[in-house]
Amino acid sequence: MSNVAPLPTGKTPAALVWMRFRRHTMAVAGGYVLLVFALAAIGAPLVEMILNTDAASVDLFQRLQGPSAAHPLGTDELGRDVLVRILHGGRISLLVGLVAAVFAAMIGTAVGLSAGYFGGRLDGFLMRFTDGVISLPLLPLLIVLAAIDLGKIGLPSSIADAENVSLYRIIVIVALVGWTTVARLVRASTLALRSRPFVQAAVAQGASTWRIVGVHILPNLASPIIVATTLAAGNIILLESVLSFLGLGIQPPTPSWGNLLTNAQELIWEAPALAFYPGLLIFITVIAFNFLGDGLQDALDPRSMERRG
Amino acid sequence: MARFLVNRLVQSAAVLLVMSFVIYALIGLMPGDPIDLMITADPKITAADAAHLRELYGLDKPVYERYGNWLSAALGGDFGYSRLHAKPVLTVMGPALVNTVILLGLSLTLALCIALPMGVLAAARPYSKLDYGINTLAFAGISVPPFWLALLLIMVFAVILGILPAGGTAQSAGGAGFWDSAKFLVLPVASLTIASIGGHTRYMRASMIETLRQDYIRTARAKGLDETRVLFGHALRNALIPVVTIIALDFGYLFSGALITETIFSYPGMGKLIFDSIMGNDFNLALIALLFATLLTLIGNFLADAAYAALDPRISLEDGVE
Repeated sequence: MSNVAPLPTGKTPAALVWMRFRRHTMAVAGGYVLLVFALAAIGAPLVEMILNTDAASVDLFQRLQGPSAAHPLGTDELGRDVLVRILHGGRISLLVGLVAAVFAAMIGTAVGLSAGYFGGRLDGFLMRFTDGVISLPLLPLLIVLAAIDLGKIGLPSSIADAENVSLYRIIVIVALVGWTTVARLVRASTLALRSRPFVQAAVAQGASTWRIVGVHILPNLASPIIVATTLAAGNIILLESVLSFLGLGIQPPTPSWGNLLTNAQELIWEAPALAFYPGLLIFITVIAFNFLGDGLQDALDPRSMERRG
Repeated sequence: MARFLVNRLVQSAAVLLVMSFVIYALIGLMPGDPIDLMITADPKITAADAAHLRELYGLDKPVYERYGNWLSAALGGDFGYSRLHAKPVLTVMGPALVNTVILLGLSLTLALCIALPMGVLAAARPYSKLDYGINTLAFAGISVPPFWLALLLIMVFAVILGILPAGGTAQSAGGAGFWDSAKFLVLPVASLTIASIGGHTRYMRASMIETLRQDYIRTARAKGLDETRVLFGHALRNALIPVVTIIALDFGYLFSGALITETIFSYPGMGKLIFDSIMGNDFNLALIALLFATLLTLIGNFLADAAYAALDPRISLEDGVE
């Protein structure tokens, strides 16, 4: 095993991570792309000001126009500006992706950590459950979840009928699915950590479970959690776009990259360009998250490079 | 072997039973119930009539009681009628199932024929230009939104080139010959295939790289075997074991892909059936179709375990697959 400490180059661990990460051209590119997309989404109101329109303003005399100075990407079937709607859609899609990925990471860490640390029956049960969730035909089940009447599960109508309810609902639904990757990676790392000497020493000193988990294990799980969360964010954005495309996620008129494509299919003969941009942005965002996760994995865990050949 | 298989069968049956209750309960939480639908159809029904009807059909009972009634009827072979199609549920599901099997079978075969050689090629020269290229393509494959891919295919082949239909079936377009039917399959099969190549290529590459590091590969090379024999004679067969398992485990994922593809192309398979029945409040059909999809997935998982145990003699059958 060449599993030795890095050569004394006089660099801090963070600098070493950065050095390894920089070698991944695609991962660095992915990081920049996501940064630009995030800034563009945040800057959507600015673009609205410049173009003197907004995501909701309808102009039926300007339906399905081609690109022009007033509408750089043209207009949709109601004469709304496509660029502005895509930027606003990006706000929603990226928001759902990030918030749901954080939720998913929390669930996954809790499940993976308890399974890996306590082992035995709990581990068997939790991992069987995780495998079960992974193997189910998830999309059809998520469609049912997205269709249920929130009033019937006893939520007060102030919540069930709220304007943003489709946003909260989709975050909860995709988080319920996205945690499995995190759980598996966290469990594997916890198992490895549990037998390491510094954890054994803490056990021998009689440290409480909370202290061992909180002080010795959790900080060392940062790398797998960051990697798994990055990869999960990509998957979650993909899933949100599928559900919104099918009409079950973010509800119009609020735009998301997925629901912008719903109408585009009906209009594909008249305005094929409408179907192009939102999908391209989903594609670029998801591939950027995947490359970023891949690069982070190699940068944060140098041994994974050897394992992967 | 037998004990292990029986164990897994019992587990799968238990999962199916649990899922049947979960799905039943979830469907009950969807907006509207059969009586609401009757009220929409016949405005003369009064609130008292509706309450009476609910009592008559047992819809006022708690969910576990209704589930119990449904389960005993279902176990007796009575799955009820489909509201949208006005036919018994199984009669509606039969043709859809055949269509989905054709669609999934074709695209899975095609995807494997492309993905497995690509994965082996990439693994034969890890970190070469070729590996880098294949890896990038595979990343693109797992990141592309499947419905957008389908829309792009429609755009290119139906709108711009006009050589293939944008969706539907030969029957709906009035043709009945083999080529008429085949034409309608090209785009759905292509979009499902492209969507699953990326994942399979990555599995194959990872498994092959792992295998090429084994001692028996070093032995084979030390004997002086040429690289082709090492790759295909010694490594490939062993590297395929985990890949076979993953493919069988991916059945649920494949089914989700079928739902998207079938909905976009109006292809009359199980995926579209499930989507339409949920959207159309066809509770009986949605319930059975969802359960059937779950059952197929469980069978896939069971076959994966059985294949893994059968293919790899090192795995202890008594302990199950860990």
